[in-house]
Amino acid sequence: MKIVVAVKQVPDTNAEKTFDPQTKRLNRSAIENVLNPFDEYAIEEALRCKETLGGDTTVTILTMAPQRGVDVVRKALGMGADNAAMISDDAIGGSDTMATAYLLALALKHIGFDLVLCGTQSTDATNGIVPAAIAEHLRVPALTYAKKLEIKASAVEIQREVETGYARVGSQLPAVVSVTKGINEPRYPTLKGIMGAKKKEITMLTLADIGADLARIGEAGAKTQVESFTPVGARARGEVFVASDPKEGARKILDFLIAKKAI
Amino acid sequence: MAMTQVPQSLNFELSDDLKLLKSSLREFVEKELWPIAEQVEETDEIPRGAIDKMREMGLFGLPFSEEYGGAGIGELGYCVALEELGRASAAFTNLLGAHCSIGAMAMHIDGSKELKDRFMPALCAGDKLACFALSEPGAGSDAANISTSARRDGDAYSLNGVKHFITSGDVADYASVFAVTDPKLGARGGITAFWVDLNTPGVTRGPKDRKMGLFGSHTCELIFQDAKVPAENIIGKVGFGFLTAMKTLDMGRLSLGAGCVGSAAFMLEKSIAYAKERVQFGKPIAAKQAVQFMLADMATEIYAGRNMVYHGAWKADSGERFSMEAAMVKRYCSDMAIHVVDRALQIHGGSGFMKETGIERAYRDARILAIYEGTNEIQRMIIAEELLK
Repeated sequence: MKIVVAVKQVPDTNAEKTFDPQTKRLNRSAIENVLNPFDEYAIEEALRCKETLGGDTTVTILTMAPQRGVDVVRKALGMGADNAAMISDDAIGGSDTMATAYLLALALKHIGFDLVLCGTQSTDATNGIVPAAIAEHLRVPALTYAKKLEIKASAVEIQREVETGYARVGSQLPAVVSVTKGINEPRYPTLKGIMGAKKKEITMLTLADIGADLARIGEAGAKTQVESFTPVGARARGEVFVASDPKEGARKILDFLIAKKAI
Repeated sequence: MAMTQVPQSLNFELSDDLKLLKSSLREFVEKELWPIAEQVEETDEIPRGAIDKMREMGLFGLPFSEEYGGAGIGELGYCVALEELGRASAAFTNLLGAHCSIGAMAMHIDGSKELKDRFMPALCAGDKLACFALSEPGAGSDAANISTSARRDGDAYSLNGVKHFITSGDVADYASVFAVTDPKLGARGGITAFWVDLNTPGVTRGPKDRKMGLFGSHTCELIFQDAKVPAENIIGKVGFGFLTAMKTLDMGRLSLGAGCVGSAAFMLEKSIAYAKERVQFGKPIAAKQAVQFMLADMATEIYAGRNMVYHGAWKADSGERFSMEAAMVKRYCSDMAIHVVDRALQIHGGSGFMKETGIERAYRDARILAIYEGTNEIQRMIIAEELLK
């Protein structure tokens, strides 16, 4: 079985972010980039599937990023993935979510897969569209928000997280599954894993390799456009209630909550 | 300026795998070791679970070659790792240091292939722990003057004597023990290194020493009374033990310096954050030149220390002699770490003296750095000897 995990490099969640006023794009070069934390769960799940299934199961990491995105690929390989493929091309810059899904789907067709695992979303754009969009491009089932995943013969079954509990959803493979944060506890790249990672193969793919239609990608192919951006204002100071006795204080808080229709 | 004309003969950039190693360990320390630092201090124990996580990470095999199950990262990789681990509390670095830097290192350096094949895999996996037994009550800095004896007795040697201040002596499974095989020859041919199973009859562990700091890491006496060690457990050759001890300590000194750099860098980060946040006289104290100068000195000293460590490690990995550099690294970085933590405490003021900030713990833990693995006075002797020979 060939499991492919689609991952993304994102700006460090703790870093201060700035936007280029001309391009209206995030200044990615100024900040340290890390492996999208949500993707770590997908990698971990893939590795666990491999451990359970054994045999000739392999885990491939797929990413679309500028050259330096290779760092996040190395981390994933250090965690234990077998190999990686990376689409890197200047023409990709400015691509929106739909173009990203289109390119990832093309790359998946190119490298082959039985099961594609994704995080639910990236911490930078937080759209959460890519997993389902990839599936749509590939014409395979999308099973999203899995909090538990099981592979049975040539089928996959998940517990799909819903507000009131979970739904059991299953499909034949090939399929695309996005996994939630709670599904596992991602491992650290071990020291041996890190040292072993440099011997693992990273295949570089160009847009020509995967047969991408240039009109569908980059800024030109984007279906969405950033019109403007505004920094989040400093949060206003909260209301402070001063009360001489606890009862009075409780009353004030209660009135406040009622006024806000919180209770 | 024609920058392109300058020949590039130096490269200070870490390789991609070492960068990944560094960031992974930073995350590991922050998520797994920091949260339990206070618990380790209060209970004087590292929880079993944390040791298991360190084992899974592969930390116990850090400096050893891949053929025995080690990480195969070389001395530079080991120093980069220890620098990150130095950000955690000293209990963790001491456990690893006693095991990797000296305990198992002695065997890794001079042990026979048979000995390494037999013992290294379990040591690298962290399933077995090692310690280093050189110091004696009557032979600290004057290590050549040890009196623990090893007498040939058929196919074995019989060990008698007392080793003291042995880090991890209470929990280690094995020890590299240095004993006198020929009293007439002294350090020049009279001392032999033995790989000793500490569960051998005749080996007793003394009670835990009561220390100023380093809680969570224990030292104790190891007492040998007619403890039989098979002759095949000799590390290297009979009579070459003192050399093995010195070579081992050379390696240990670089990584010890790396730990100092990491802990000092962490103290600087904490001090910067505190200075920006602590308001006195209507302004953050970071606006005061007195505090700024302290920060500037701390950063400068850390910069010097880090570059010394990396250069020493680079020399070691290049296969060159690095005894003098190792001694310089040990001497400078330990004094630097002690000075930096003192300044960190000064910046933190009264809060730094309280247990909550972790600064007072670091302050107590730092003091030993100028003493163990060769006092800084001994380091100066080594440096001077190299200069004058």
